[in-house]
Amino acid sequence: MKRRTFLSTTAALGALSLGLPGLAQAQEPLKVGFIYVGPVGDMGWSYQHEQGRQAIEAEFGDRVQTTYMESVPEGPDAERALTQLALAGNSLIFATSFGYMDAVMNVAAKFPNVKFEHATGYKRAENVATYDARFYEGRAIQGTIAGRMTKTNKIGYIGSFPIPEVVQGINAAFIHARKVNPAVEMKVVWAYTWFDPAKEADAAAALIAEGCDVVMQHTDSTAPQAKAQEAGNVITFGQASDMSAFAPMPRVGSTIDDWAPYYIERVGKMLDGTWTSDATWGGIGSGMVGIGEITSAVPAEVKAEALAMADAIGKGEYHPFTGPLNKQDGTPWLAAGETPDDGQLAGLDFYVEGITAELPK
Amino acid sequence: MTLGGIDLIALTATLMVSSTPVLLAALGELVVEKSGVLNLGVEGMMIMGAIGGFAAAVMTGSPAVGFAAGALAGMGMALLFGVITQILLANQVATGLALTLFGLGLSALFGKGFEGIRPPQTARIDFGGLADLPVLGPILFSHDWVVYFSLFAVGAVGLFLSRSRAGLILRAVGENHDAAHALGYRVVAVRLAALAFGGAMAGLGGAYLSLVRVPQWTEGMTAGAGWIALAIVVFAGWRAGGVLLGAYLFGGVTALQLRLQAAEYAIPVQLLSMAPYLITIIVLVAISALHARGRQAAPAALGRSFHASR
Repeated sequence: MKRRTFLSTTAALGALSLGLPGLAQAQEPLKVGFIYVGPVGDMGWSYQHEQGRQAIEAEFGDRVQTTYMESVPEGPDAERALTQLALAGNSLIFATSFGYMDAVMNVAAKFPNVKFEHATGYKRAENVATYDARFYEGRAIQGTIAGRMTKTNKIGYIGSFPIPEVVQGINAAFIHARKVNPAVEMKVVWAYTWFDPAKEADAAAALIAEGCDVVMQHTDSTAPQAKAQEAGNVITFGQASDMSAFAPMPRVGSTIDDWAPYYIERVGKMLDGTWTSDATWGGIGSGMVGIGEITSAVPAEVKAEALAMADAIGKGEYHPFTGPLNKQDGTPWLAAGETPDDGQLAGLDFYVEGITAELPK
Repeated sequence: MTLGGIDLIALTATLMVSSTPVLLAALGELVVEKSGVLNLGVEGMMIMGAIGGFAAAVMTGSPAVGFAAGALAGMGMALLFGVITQILLANQVATGLALTLFGLGLSALFGKGFEGIRPPQTARIDFGGLADLPVLGPILFSHDWVVYFSLFAVGAVGLFLSRSRAGLILRAVGENHDAAHALGYRVVAVRLAALAFGGAMAGLGGAYLSLVRVPQWTEGMTAGAGWIALAIVVFAGWRAGGVLLGAYLFGGVTALQLRLQAAEYAIPVQLLSMAPYLITIIVLVAISALHARGRQAAPAALGRSFHASR
């Protein structure tokens, strides 16, 4: 704080001594900062956020000035990065990974005038909003395609960290694969990283060696796609980004996170002074989740089934978590026709019945 | 041979491939550190090797050209480090860290447009009937030439350091550069040569990562492999055999823990993902302790700048 006071005082003195009027102040662009967990070229998660940032620049031009910091590790270093962005005069900061949650809360408390937006988290404050996409809607469609297409009846899933966002995806994929193919099993491997191509490739190789002919990933690089391509008869789905470079095989579909409309809306609200701390959770319906092109490797009737489901989810006619559903231990979770509320989903920390693996706590 | 649902032969074959990038980089760094230079830029040299090798292989269609280009890219980075630390006498730790950051950034710049491309396949060496031998076939006779080269390099580096005159000079420079200088050895030239070798090996390791192991180019794809290589050199007590053991242990336990997860073993996942680090450190430290008998393992002049006037 002392240093900031000192800096602003010297700046003011400088302006005074030069006799400059404070006119420039009125035209000053809104400064917007981003931190990404991976490199912008990961072609997955961080890449999509970067697309959103570029959309802001394209939309608002000179009225905004954006900066980003990439490959910021989750943990104490995130706090440093956020503080640096706040000190640099950014008045709206997007923190784009779950693990930044506590860092965001700490830094937000120190800079009450700076607005923060935290992706996929659940802690909010006066100046902290959260936003998230219903990735599980895309997983339901992937599960349907996977259940129909698997020959070994083993579906592999590369998890990053055992957090609700990932657990939702595993459950949604499994429920829908089982629905169309009762013999399906789900194998989960936790990579404990969002981005490490070599390790993601190893995880995919381990799943393929276990006999999985579908590999889903909840990590950010395209390495598992490359490993599946090498194996030949394994199908995958683009994660976060379309990953269309791997179409039509192994990538047969995808879940695309489209943050651009949300980012433009929020920056617009900052500009006209109507920004408030909200919790946004968009899905297929609002366009925040896209399902990409389902390729020719998928039989036509499976494709039609998948598209019909996407349509029903988008219109709000079908919820991927519709009862009857039991928890892994067999205790009831949702009664027939019941759907969970968002709070329950945001804290999801158990597998549904039928998954044999144990969820790390 | 299957043990508890895990195919040990396939696992061994996999671990040899997945350990090769770290093994190559660590061997290079071993020679560099033995000459008394601490180059923390392994990560930066590796990733430059990864993009250099990938780009060259994609453009020429030849993996061999790719590996050569990867080694050259790593060597170029190392020589940059050499000029800054050996001739301009800058601090080695700071320069090494800067080299890593520089490499990560520069590789991202060069790598634009190479994402999502499949590199030409590196062929396995054909051993004819040998590859069909039970157990030994898949483990020993089913790899590409880089894996064999890395194993050859372990022996060559070990012998070079301990049995050759040039290796003795290199170690002398690393232990006491003033004495080596007084004997008439050209300290800076020896160190630059060691750095060039280290850079080429790191670059080759990086190229192996992007051309064979993953295989694709992604920004920041080394994701800490260079730091693992650095740590392995230290925990291996600056011995080539230890480096091989460390790299294979780390790669092996990493591959094994993912297999154990996929096979749904009832071992806590947190423990499994810690295991590669824990087991590698424990084993290497234990071996070092048995070996050292109070002997200082680190080269005495490690990280110190040399200037002939003193």
